[in-house]
Parts: sequence; structure tokens; C-alpha cells
Amino acid sequence: MSNDTPNPAPEDKPQTPEGKPQTPEAAPGVPEALAHVNPKVDGSELIRFDRVTKRFGDHVVLDDLEFTVASGKHVTLIGPSGSGKTTILRLLMTLLKPDEGTISVGGRYLTHEERNGKLVPAGEKHIREVRKNIGMVFQQFNLFPNMRVLRNITEAPVHVLGLSKEEAEERARELLELVGLTEHVDKYPSQLSGGQQQRVAIARALAMRPQVLLLDEVTSALDPELVAGVLDVLRDIAHTTDITMLCVTHEMNFARDISDDVLMFNEGRVIESGSPEKMFNDPDHPRTREFLSAVL
Amino acid sequence: MNWDWDVVADFMPRFWDGVLVTLQALVLGSLLAFSLGLVWAIAQRSKVKLIRWPVVGITEFIRNTPLLVQLFFLFYVVPEWGPSMSPLVTGVIGLGLHYSTYTAEVYRAGIDGVPVGQWEAATALSLPRTRTWTAVILPQAIRRVVPALGNYVVAMLKDSPMIAVIGAFEMLGEARAFSNETFTFEAYTIVGIAFIVIAYPASLLIRAMERRLVK
Ligand SMILES: Nc1ncnc2c1ncn2[C@@H]1O[C@H](COP(=O)(O)OP(=O)(O)OP(=O)(O)O)[C@@H](O)[C@H]1O
Ligand SMILES: [Mg+2]
Repeated sequence: MSNDTPNPAPEDKPQTPEGKPQTPEAAPGVPEALAHVNPKVDGSELIRFDRVTKRFGDHVVLDDLEFTVASGKHVTLIGPSGSGKTTILRLLMTLLKPDEGTISVGGRYLTHEERNGKLVPAGEKHIREVRKNIGMVFQQFNLFPNMRVLRNITEAPVHVLGLSKEEAEERARELLELVGLTEHVDKYPSQLSGGQQQRVAIARALAMRPQVLLLDEVTSALDPELVAGVLDVLRDIAHTTDITMLCVTHEMNFARDISDDVLMFNEGRVIESGSPEKMFNDPDHPRTREFLSAVL
Repeated sequence: MNWDWDVVADFMPRFWDGVLVTLQALVLGSLLAFSLGLVWAIAQRSKVKLIRWPVVGITEFIRNTPLLVQLFFLFYVVPEWGPSMSPLVTGVIGLGLHYSTYTAEVYRAGIDGVPVGQWEAATALSLPRTRTWTAVILPQAIRRVVPALGNYVVAMLKDSPMIAVIGAFEMLGEARAFSNETFTFEAYTIVGIAFIVIAYPASLLIRAMERRLVK
């Protein structure tokens, strides 16, 4: 399996996953609000799926899957419906647990921890610690309807990162400016359009300053006229920051724009990967060609 | 039988005593039922079997045995090895405990009604478990079930005469005692009207809340 799985990170595979403190260092040209989003820009491996298998009952969704994502890369996952794209993102967000294999982020196991020299399934505390590096934007936004926009964004920074209310609000306002919603801070999610809600959700995820941002068909639930606004915000973030992105989308132009790598999934495996130019214009694998001709 | 206003006047002092007991039992019993029910509902979702199972067992048991038996048990049996309590306190605990098993079901439905995406968003933000409950799940769950909880307050009002059997003389208890002593019927009529006067506005209030809160 590992022979035909591509490795989007041309760099070294790090030895054993272990926690290394990372020095914050803003890249030039990064907006203030995102200055600390992704300190690590050296292109080394950030995410690793190591022989991951995921089943639902008898149905093997991910089959001995291996792939890595280098820090700062924007990776788009494509593939037919049911090929396991969402499952991959949900595994990374710890909303699902793999049946076999390990997942590591930033050199630390997400799914496991070492105890007395043995690798055991990770406890809640360990998961919590590693998961802080990961943020997710959902197809259905999933904003908290009982909180105003501002508190949707400040809730986790205050109660997870321990920021003061003032710090968190300042951060939230900067992010709202970035997503173009400054005038809506005091509204409830139900008072916003789907596109606006999704931009709040993006701000909410970024407020945690994750190293990795997971985006699962974030424009699929939107009315067509609202899609562009959300994609513009994401383009902006992709182009001005070094946050690592894993993105599932049907917006192929957007994928072409922002991706460093495109991974084609089929039946629980990566069957092909490459630059967007290569993947969209001249893919090697017949399944990729078939899939793209159907969606483009 | 002719309606006699003098009898009504004689009954009034005891009527007000009864009203006071009824309202105390209702308000305190409701508060107990609301808070205890929430505890049951959350405990029933605990990942720890040693918490979940006893709570499921106890609430099932209480819900499926008569309130009257529970009142007798609390008043005559518990003091044998526990504290003995006044009739009113016993009545409040009896009503509150009994109805907490119903409110627990109401809360449970409310909690189940919160979309799974809310839990997932809380996980994605790494919110601590208690914070997820108090800031995200419960505010959404409770809002939806306030009217259903209100219905149980009305039901509790109708069950409140039962506490007279352990000597907490609420409205109906007072009326019965008075009527037996005086061989009159007016007191029952007054109390019947009083129940309507309390219950009807309450149900209007519940319906208004339903329109506002449940969407
Ligand atoms: N909770 C679940 N229980 C059972 N089966 C599931 C569950 N979640 C996903 N599956 C199955 O796993 C397979 C992969 O699902 P997944 O959602 O990852 O696909 P996808 O690539 O995201 O598809 P789509 O493009 O339609 O979103 C599908 O066949 C799906 O039916
Ligand atoms: Mg999907």
C-alpha cells in the first residue's frame, strides 16, 4: 500500500513523533489577526496518517491509509462520494477514532500516547492537548445559536486557551474584520445569512490559532450567490497565512487557486496526488480522469 | 341545599392557610423537580455505568410507583432511621422527587433535540465538558422544554391535595376538614374555583411561552 501512496511532503519523514515546542514567528505580510496562526512555516511534516483503517461495521471506509501533509501546505481532497474524505477530516478532529493505525499532528500522536514505553489509545487529556492545534469549519456552520456572534468567537479562547475576556474580544474583532462582518458582532447567528454564518464559523475556528484548518465542503449548504464571499475569505487566508489547510470541496476553481497539493481518493486510498495543474489538467490515473470529467 | 355566605366567611381563614400550603408545596416542589430532574437527565448520559445505571433504576422505580405510597414512605418510614420532617417539608420532597422523574424525561428529550453538530463544534473547539453542557447544550435544550416543564407544574398542582394524607393541609385538606366539621359543602366549591384560578392562567402562560420559545 505504502508504495503507491504519494507523499505530498517532499521533506524528511521525522523519526518518532514527539512534542517539540514551536517558536511563534509571523510570516511577512500576514494580517495582524492571523499573526500567530501558524508559527511553523518550515515545510516539515505536520500531519501523518500511518496505516489508518476505519470501518463502519463491515464497511471498510479507509483501508490502511498513509499520507502526510507538510506544514503550511494547502491540500485539497477530492474523490467520489463515499470515498472517505469527510471521514479523514473527522478522524483528525477526533470526532471519530481509527480502528487501526496512528495519526500524528505536529510530531505528536493524536490518537495514541506513550505510557511506560508502550503506545496506548490516547486519554481525554492528551487528545485535548493535541487537538488544540486543529480547527474545523463544518458544512452546516454549527454556530452556537444561543450566543451572539462575538461570544461564539470568544467562548473557546476564554475557556480553553485562558485568554481574558478583553484579549479574546480584541482577537474576535480583528477576525471579524478579516471576514468582513464587523457590523454584526452583536447579532445572533439566526439573524445572519448562511454565508455570513459560515464566515463567523471561520473566524471562530481561527480564533483558536490552530496550526491546521479543516474545511469540509464549507460552501455546500450555501445559496449559490453566497458562495463567492466565503471562498474569497478562505482564499485570503490561504494566500496571506501559512496555516495548513485540509480542504474538501467541489469548487474546483477554488481548489486550483489555493491548493499546493491535490489528493485523489478512491475506495479508502489515495490513488493519485500532485499539484493542481497536474491533477486537473493531466491526471495519470483513469479514475481521476473519470471523476474530474464528471465534476468539472 | 342553599348557598350560605356565612359558611363561606367562616371558611375563609382556613382557606387562606390552605392556599399558602398549596402554593408553598407547588413552588418549592417545582424547584426541586426542576433541579433534581436536570441532575438525573445529565447523570443518565454519563459515560460511567456506575452512575448511569443506579440513576436509571431509581428514576424508573419512582416514576412507576404511586405518589401516595411515596408520601407515606417518606413520612412514616424514613424517620425510623433518618430525620423526621414536618408534613409540609415531606410533601415538598415527595412531590419534588416524584415529579423530578418526569422532568428528567423532559430534559432528556430536550438534550437529545440539540443537533449533534453542536456537540461536534464544541469538540472541535476543545471546550471542556462542563462548559459544553452549561454554555452550549443546556441553554438550547432547556429553552425548548420550558413549556413541557410548565405542564408538569400544573399536573403537580392537581396532585398537591395528596400531601394532606400526611397532614400537610393544603386547600382541599382544609376544605374537607371544615366541611366534615360543619356538614356544609361551600368550602369544596371555593377550593374548586381556587384550583381553576391558579391553573388556568398558568396554562395560558405556558402556551405563551411555547409560542415564544419553541421554534
Ligand atoms: N457514522 C457512520 N456510520 C456508518 N457509515 C458511515 C458513517 N459515516 C460515514 N459512513 C460511510 O463511510 C463512507 C465514507 O463516508 P464519507 O462521509 O467519509 O465520504 P465522503 O468522501 O465525505 O463522501 P461525500 O463526498 O458524499 O461527502 C460512506 O460510505 C458512508 O456511508
Ligand atoms: Mg463528505
